[in-house]
Amino acid sequence: MTLSAEIALRRGEFTLDVGFEVPDGGVLALLGPNGSGKSSVLGCLAGLLRPDRARITLGGRGLAGLPPHARGIGLLSQDALLFPHLSALDNVAFAPRSTGAGRAEAKRRAREWLTEVDALELADRRPAQLSGGQAQRVAIARALAAEPGLLLLDEPFAALDVDAAPAIRGLLRRVLRSGPPTVLVTHDPLDALALADHVAVLDGGRIVERGVTRKVLSAPRTAFTARIAGLNLVPGVAAEGGLRTSGGLLAGIPAEDVVEGEAAVAVFAPSAVAVYLRDGEHRGSPRNTVEGIVDALEPHGPVIRVRARGDGWAAGLAADLTPAAVAELALEPGTPVNLSVKAASVAVHAVSDH
Amino acid sequence: MVLPVVGLLVRSDLTRFPSLITSTSSLNALKLSLLTAGLSTVACVLLGVPLAVVLARSGARGVRVLRAVVLLPLVLPPVVGGLALLYLLGRKGFLGILVTTLTGEQVPFTTAAVVIAQTFVAMPFLVVSLEGALRGAGDRYERVASTLGAKPWTVFRRVTLPLLLPALGSGIVLSFARALGEFGATITFAGSLEGVTRTLPLEVYTQAEVDVDSAVALALLLILVAVAVIALARPRALEGVRS
Repeated sequence: MTLSAEIALRRGEFTLDVGFEVPDGGVLALLGPNGSGKSSVLGCLAGLLRPDRARITLGGRGLAGLPPHARGIGLLSQDALLFPHLSALDNVAFAPRSTGAGRAEAKRRAREWLTEVDALELADRRPAQLSGGQAQRVAIARALAAEPGLLLLDEPFAALDVDAAPAIRGLLRRVLRSGPPTVLVTHDPLDALALADHVAVLDGGRIVERGVTRKVLSAPRTAFTARIAGLNLVPGVAAEGGLRTSGGLLAGIPAEDVVEGEAAVAVFAPSAVAVYLRDGEHRGSPRNTVEGIVDALEPHGPVIRVRARGDGWAAGLAADLTPAAVAELALEPGTPVNLSVKAASVAVHAVSDH
Repeated sequence: MVLPVVGLLVRSDLTRFPSLITSTSSLNALKLSLLTAGLSTVACVLLGVPLAVVLARSGARGVRVLRAVVLLPLVLPPVVGGLALLYLLGRKGFLGILVTTLTGEQVPFTTAAVVIAQTFVAMPFLVVSLEGALRGAGDRYERVASTLGAKPWTVFRRVTLPLLLPALGSGIVLSFARALGEFGATITFAGSLEGVTRTLPLEVYTQAEVDVDSAVALALLLILVAVAVIALARPRALEGVRS
C-alpha cells in the first residue's frame, strides 16, 4: 500500500501546503523545527485535525473524509499515553478488541505483539509501574496490534531519557523493516537518519527540500536544511572503535544500538573538522586525517563552509572555518588540504537499511 | 470547622440520645432522607455525567450559557430554587399542568418533589467535579483510542468512563451529602409532611421549636450519617481507578 497525501490547512497566519508519497515499507521523515507544521500534517493524516483541503489515499482508498477510528492508522507520540486503568497486556489488546476480536483472541494477539517488542514480561504491569522506555515499548506494540495500514510516529524518542532512546530506536528500525508505510515527524536529523529512507524538510508549512535521507542531510541544497541538518555523514560498516569506510577506519564513538558488522554512518558537525594545508607544519592527529582538495567555499552565516572532494571519506566533506582562517590558509577551490576530525567528535549511528 | 460540632456535642444530652433518635418520627425522617438522597444522587449521575461530558468536550456556542444555567443552583438561595420549582411544577406551573393532565398526579408536596428539589441543588456539585476532571485529563487518551480503531461509544465506555471513576466517586459523595442536607428548596417545594416529605433537616427544624434536646440529637444523627457516607465512600472515590 502506498500513501499519497496532499494537505492544505490555514490557521490564522499559518498556512500549511504539502504533498508527498510514501511507498509500502517506506519511511518518510518530516524534518523541521517547532512550528514548521509537521505535527499538523500528522494530525491531518490521523484525522484528528480537519484540513481545509486534503486528498489522502492509502493503497487507493481515500482517507480524507473518514473519522480517525475508520482510517486504520497507528499513531505513536512522544508520550506513550498508555491507558492508565489497563494493564500493559490490555492496552495492547485494546485495538483488537475495538475492531471486533473476542477477549481471548485479543489477548493472544496482544501477547504476540508484546513478544515482538521484547516486553512480554511487562504484560501484567500497570502503566504507572513502567519506566519511560518500557512504556514506549508497550505503546509500539499497541500501535502495531491495530495492524495499521499507515504508521505515524510523532517525535517518538523526544520524551525518553538518553539511556532508553537507542534501544527504542533499534526496536523501531527492526519493526519498520516489514511495516506499513510510515511517516516520522521529528526535529532531530539523527532520528531521520536512523529510521527514514526519505526525508522532507518543512519550513513554515511548506516542503523546502526532499530526497534520500543521507543525501539531503549530508548535502543540503537549501540554507534552511543546512542550518538544521548540515552534517557530515560518512557511510560504512560499524567496526570496533569506529566505522570502516572505503577510505579506512574512521575512529569514533559508537551509539548504543550499533552492531559491529552492520551498516552504520559516522556523523560529525562541519565545525568539528579541521583543515590544514597539505605541505604545512601541522598534520593533525594521524588518526582521522584524510587528503582532499578544496572544492567550494560558501559563506554560511558567520563562518565559511569549505567543501572538499577527494577519495574515501574526504568526498563531499564539509568544514566550517572562520573567514580569518580561510584567509590565513589562502584556501581557494583546488587547494590540496588535509582534513582531520577528532575521534571524540565523531558519533557512529546505526542506519535504516532500506 | 470542628467547633460548631463540639458546641452541639456539649449541648446534647447523650443519655437520652438513643431514645430520642429512635422515635417514630425520627426514624421516618431518617428513612426518608436516605431514600430521597439516594434517588436524587442516581438522578444526578444519570443527568450530570452526559451534561459534564458535553460541557467539557463540546465547542459549541451555547455551552457557556448552558454551564451558567447548570451552575445556577450553586449560587441561588435554595429557597428561591424551591419557589422556582413550585411555579414550574406546581398546580399553576405550565409543566405542572402538563403533568397533571397526563397522569392525574400533582408533583408538589410529594416524595417525588423532595427528590426533584434535592437533585436541583445537588447536581451542580457532580457536574463541577466531573467537568474539572474531564478538562484536566484532556482528550489525549480519547484521541489515541480513536486511532486504535475504537468507535466513539467504545471510547466513551472503555476510556473516558474508567478514567472518570475517581472524580465520579467524589462527585457522588458530594452530591449525596448535599442532597442529604437539603432544606430550603425542599420545604418550599415539598413542604414538611411527616413520612412523606419531612426529611432529617426538616425534622431538626420542626423539633427545634418544640423539643430542643430532640433537635440536637437529630442534628448529631445527621452529622453521623454524613461522616459515615464520607468514610465509606472516600477511599473508593480516591482509589477509584487503581482498585
